[in-house]
Amino acid sequence: MGRQLTAFLAGVLFAAGLAVGGMTNPSKVISFLDFFGGWDPSLAFVMGGAVLVYAPLYSFSRRLRRPLLEEKFFLPTKRDIDVRLVVGAALFGFGWGLGGFCPGPALVATASLASSALIFTSAMVTGMVAFAVWEGRRTPKQ
Amino acid sequence: MTEFTPLASTIGGVLIGVSSILLLVLNGRIAGISGIVGGIFHRDTEDRWWRASFLAGLVVGGIAMFATMPQQFAPSPMSTMWLVVAGLAVGVGTRVGGGCTSGHGVCGMSRLSRRSFVATMVFMAVGALTVFVTQHTPG
Repeated sequence: MGRQLTAFLAGVLFAAGLAVGGMTNPSKVISFLDFFGGWDPSLAFVMGGAVLVYAPLYSFSRRLRRPLLEEKFFLPTKRDIDVRLVVGAALFGFGWGLGGFCPGPALVATASLASSALIFTSAMVTGMVAFAVWEGRRTPKQ
Repeated sequence: MTEFTPLASTIGGVLIGVSSILLLVLNGRIAGISGIVGGIFHRDTEDRWWRASFLAGLVVGGIAMFATMPQQFAPSPMSTMWLVVAGLAVGVGTRVGGGCTSGHGVCGMSRLSRRSFVATMVFMAVGALTVFVTQHTPG
């Protein structure tokens, strides 16, 4: 129960950060990526602010043997730069520049009931489900 | 062209950083939105509940923010057809590439992950190229 509550509260805080930072305005995202037009560098400050908090506290957290509410840390283990990483990131970048939404802000913006957010997010979740089905078929059931 | 908002954006970033470090220190998880949400749909997932709780938090947070700061929300300027294409590309791309702006961009780069540096450079570059084509070429 505790870990569900902390996950929920982290989600609320994350949504607040995205909205305050300007990520839920697709025009702002498009302006951020528009180096050849009226470039708006604001969103670099979102990433900068987040990294400024996360990076030092992450290295500090390495001293903990385990997180407070779980048996262990669940950290990524992959190290190699493979085709999937590059192709996936490129596909994501294309969709991000095209629609002006990345996953977090798209989900948060559904709360506004704006049709563009609902359409984008429905398509995005469809893509994620399709991936899960494809992964499930590729790896035989244990 | 949108207004330059360094202060509000830095505050937003700090809130995201605090949320992400809490999820790590309390739940031991990386705050990567595409991974958290995408993981809900996998057949063998045993940890759906914290993922669904985080997602619920995002939406409830969105409702609260829309009620208090509606000016922070705006529709996308793209047509329905392009929004569908963009959404599918983001959904599939983030899952194939193992992360998005949060997982690779914030958490991964903070962890000095080489994979995340490469992914972030690629999605920024392709995003900029896409915007160049949609905003500065005719038709």
